[in-house]
Amino acid sequence: MSSVAVIDYGMGNLHSIAKALQHADSRVNVQITADAAVIRTADRVVFPGVGAIRDCMHALNESGLAEVIREVAQNKPFLGICLGMQALLTDSEENDGIACLNIFPGHARRFADHMLDAEGNVLKIPHMGWNQVKQNPHPLWHNIPDHSRFYFVHSYYAAPDDPRHSAATADYPQAFTCALAKENMFAVQFHPEKSQTVGLQLLQNFLAWDGVA
Amino acid sequence: MSLAKRIIPCLDVDNGRVVKGVKFVDIRDAGDPVEIARRYDREGADEITFLDITATHDNRDTIVHVVEQVASEVFIPLTVGGGIRVLEDIRRMLNAGADKVGINSAAVFRPEFVKEAAEKFGSQCIVVAIDAKKVSQDGEDNRWEIFTHGGRKPTGINAVEWAVRMKDYGAGEILLTSMDRDGTKSGFDLALTRAISEAVSIPVIASGGVGNLDHLADGIIEGKADAVLAASIFHFAEYTIEQAKKHMQARGIEVRL
Repeated sequence: MSSVAVIDYGMGNLHSIAKALQHADSRVNVQITADAAVIRTADRVVFPGVGAIRDCMHALNESGLAEVIREVAQNKPFLGICLGMQALLTDSEENDGIACLNIFPGHARRFADHMLDAEGNVLKIPHMGWNQVKQNPHPLWHNIPDHSRFYFVHSYYAAPDDPRHSAATADYPQAFTCALAKENMFAVQFHPEKSQTVGLQLLQNFLAWDGVA
Repeated sequence: MSLAKRIIPCLDVDNGRVVKGVKFVDIRDAGDPVEIARRYDREGADEITFLDITATHDNRDTIVHVVEQVASEVFIPLTVGGGIRVLEDIRRMLNAGADKVGINSAAVFRPEFVKEAAEKFGSQCIVVAIDAKKVSQDGEDNRWEIFTHGGRKPTGINAVEWAVRMKDYGAGEILLTSMDRDGTKSGFDLALTRAISEAVSIPVIASGGVGNLDHLADGIIEGKADAVLAASIFHFAEYTIEQAKKHMQARGIEVRL
């Protein structure tokens, strides 16, 4: 039976993602864990997160999980979600600037205030709700129609230094990177565990993925 | 191509049962919140909100079980409001599988609660629910105040100023209900919705008064709301969520279909 470790570092509720993974594939052994040994031996790793980046990085550094993440991000299928995606970048503008894991060179930037949509209405921040995702080819998009809508809630977005790391974009109002990919790593800004059918399909794809992009 | 406007059906739950009557033909138990949530999910609801109206403290656990059951099979955002008074209430709901909680009167009694909740759990899960009523007379400039106790008790707090303050305290979203319109089926208070939506930089959900599909579209187009919430028009199966979305799309609104 294959196993997936959902990294628990005290940032938010992990039941939704665990339930969604289990729903996507009932044969998978899903473990919510802070145990480095469990994370190291799992077949796949999910790195979720909500909240503020300062607390997130503090928890990862204090617990020693930052090192474990750097290690497993090199050798097995790895999925970052929301803040778990932003934490993979070099740094974030949030909380006056916070150094992150630097697994994907790049920065988490804040959406500008007072941006306008096509009708001249001010765009709200956080960017919250269902937005269309424009895919770049990757096995994790298997069976998901291009421009499908996923559920987002965030005020910061990833700006990778290397455009080849962008696996998808969404518009708000300009295009921003909403998925990152490199070798065995994939990360998304939206919440697949809250994105109904297409979200479950992405999780199912991840659970079937051998980590080859 | 951009962000879709959201339709959010709301279920009033009392002792674990949906009240205000539900008339779905294909549902075995019309009072079962889990079955109704499943149906709304199938029809394309963008989120689901549960309002716990259970009066007694002893029966509060039932809503937790409802959320647990729904969250294990419905994978869209879930919000729970009603009776959220202390941080522990929020933790319990999030652990049960809720993504957001609605805070209403507890914020009025002690506004710092919103700040503490946002710091502890993140703004993304804190929805401040505002019950507002018009207090200005005809001919005067519009003025709305916050009311508590189901619209019976005035607080003297200006609704627009309150929304801005709640945003500053860390609310991630505002659920705005017009107590003048709630239950009337005469449409949202569009002036109120627009005043609040233009005053805050966070998303606003319009609520209270929906009687037909044009009301939903008006809330977005004229009220400038980011999402619309309705209960009875969906409960009584007058319209499906899908019909509502198609109607909004026909009026030029971007929706998830």
